[in-house]
Amino acid sequence: MSLLDVKNLQVAYGGIQAVKGIDFHIDQGELVTLIGANGAGKTTTLKTLVGMVKKASGAISFDGQDTAGIHSHDFVRRGLVMVPEGRGIFAKLTVEENLLMGAYARDDKAQIQVELARIYELFPRLKERFKQLAGTLSGGEQQMVAMGRAMLSRPKLLLLDEPSMGLAPIIVQKIFEIIRMVAAEGVTMLLVEQNARLALEVSQRGYVMESGKITLGGNARELLDDERVRNAYLGE
Amino acid sequence: MDIFLQQILNGLVLGSIYALIALGYTMVYGIMGLINFAHGEVVMLGAMVTITIVNALVNAGVSLPGPVILAIGLFVAIPACMLVGFTIERIAYRPLRGAPRLAPLITAIGLSISLQQIAILIWGRNYIPFPPILNQDVVTFFGASITKLQIFIIVLCLLIMTGLLVMVEKTKLGRAMRATSQNPSVASLMGVNVNSIISATFVIGSGLGAVAGVMVATNYDQAHYYMGYLIGMKAFTAAVLGGIGNLGGAVLGGILLGIIESLGAGYIGDLTGGFLGSNYQDVFAFVVLILVLIFRPSGLLGEKLADRA
Repeated sequence: MSLLDVKNLQVAYGGIQAVKGIDFHIDQGELVTLIGANGAGKTTTLKTLVGMVKKASGAISFDGQDTAGIHSHDFVRRGLVMVPEGRGIFAKLTVEENLLMGAYARDDKAQIQVELARIYELFPRLKERFKQLAGTLSGGEQQMVAMGRAMLSRPKLLLLDEPSMGLAPIIVQKIFEIIRMVAAEGVTMLLVEQNARLALEVSQRGYVMESGKITLGGNARELLDDERVRNAYLGE
Repeated sequence: MDIFLQQILNGLVLGSIYALIALGYTMVYGIMGLINFAHGEVVMLGAMVTITIVNALVNAGVSLPGPVILAIGLFVAIPACMLVGFTIERIAYRPLRGAPRLAPLITAIGLSISLQQIAILIWGRNYIPFPPILNQDVVTFFGASITKLQIFIIVLCLLIMTGLLVMVEKTKLGRAMRATSQNPSVASLMGVNVNSIISATFVIGSGLGAVAGVMVATNYDQAHYYMGYLIGMKAFTAAVLGGIGNLGGAVLGGILLGIIESLGAGYIGDLTGGFLGSNYQDVFAFVVLILVLIFRPSGLLGEKLADRA
């Protein structure tokens, strides 16, 4: 059974149907990407998964349970964690306070400290700046905060919404290194990206979304070689 | 010199009470961008409930020391006001979450009037005197005098305010409150129940308001259904002066406003050759409000408003 199973999901936003009946699944340990143009419905799909947007119809099952009716603040306790578009940093909290917000739903103080130390090991940059207000960090460093914070939530499935958005190409490379690093820690991920090439290169599987529908899906390598994907998303 | 010092002392007493109330305004604003104009009425209810309890105990011939009787009154008033604050948010503001900003503002004014009317139904329109159970001993230094009660008021206010600031800066609840005020939807993704945080904010602010109401009642020896309006407006001014949404700013603004008012009332007679007297005391708060809105709308410690959008 898949960790996440989405069946015929439809979402309507103020009269506009943003997601028009999609099916996909993510298995334990996978890194899956969802690529597509701006406005294809990718972000809406993610928001629906964590209850920030209500679905119109369809079924979402996570970790063997239907997620209908779960409050958005309860998903993190079930292991479904999202790093939102634009990183969602608390600009006026310090780096460490931001990281600790990731552990808000947990009570195991001692273990949190151990994992916090591990995050600082992974991102020495953050350790140097742990007392600095997060809003004063560079975009890349903020993405590190967002990833570290998400890891402290102990995700079974981590949803990443456009992690490369608004960052310089050299920083984008860095972000994808971080994604690989987190995947290597054994975290299952769903990566939503406009940067299709990089996303497919780090992923095992991919889906292509166009105007609210999933039009292609499969092995990431094969998608990279698929002519339609190359024409539409890889600029070849 | 002794008049100057005397006015500073009076201003500190008044100012620390304003600061306590201003915290209630600024906390709610910080979390939901709403000016809770009914907060002054919560202060009034705190005073009314305490006076009622104290009078009942005194009339029943309970022979406890004055401060103990007052403390009993206070420990009834605090939860009562917390309940009022919680209920206000639940029935009046929560249904308007996401409504245009004018809607909750008008609701706040309506609530303020409703609570005054409820107070009239319970306590009537007359001033209710605070029974003389407290020590009115005066301490004099450098020619200025202050009662022990007033010293107690200042110290208690400073303790409570320090406690609140530490709570907001150092505890998990405080961190969640700050996170929610900056970005409620992301805080929710971290597992913060935003509704609970908003309720907690109202409950804490109302508790502070209850304490402030009791201080006003003991300091002026009376309470009245309308007392919350003016003091609420002044505390709101203090919050704006300090930078609304900023807790330290509310404390600074409150104390400054108290001192400005006292000095103004003390010297206005001399400055105008006796044309205006200290009964113009109330004008100063609003002169300050107007000046702040013109010259520094973000307040002393506030950031530029654009950052809050």
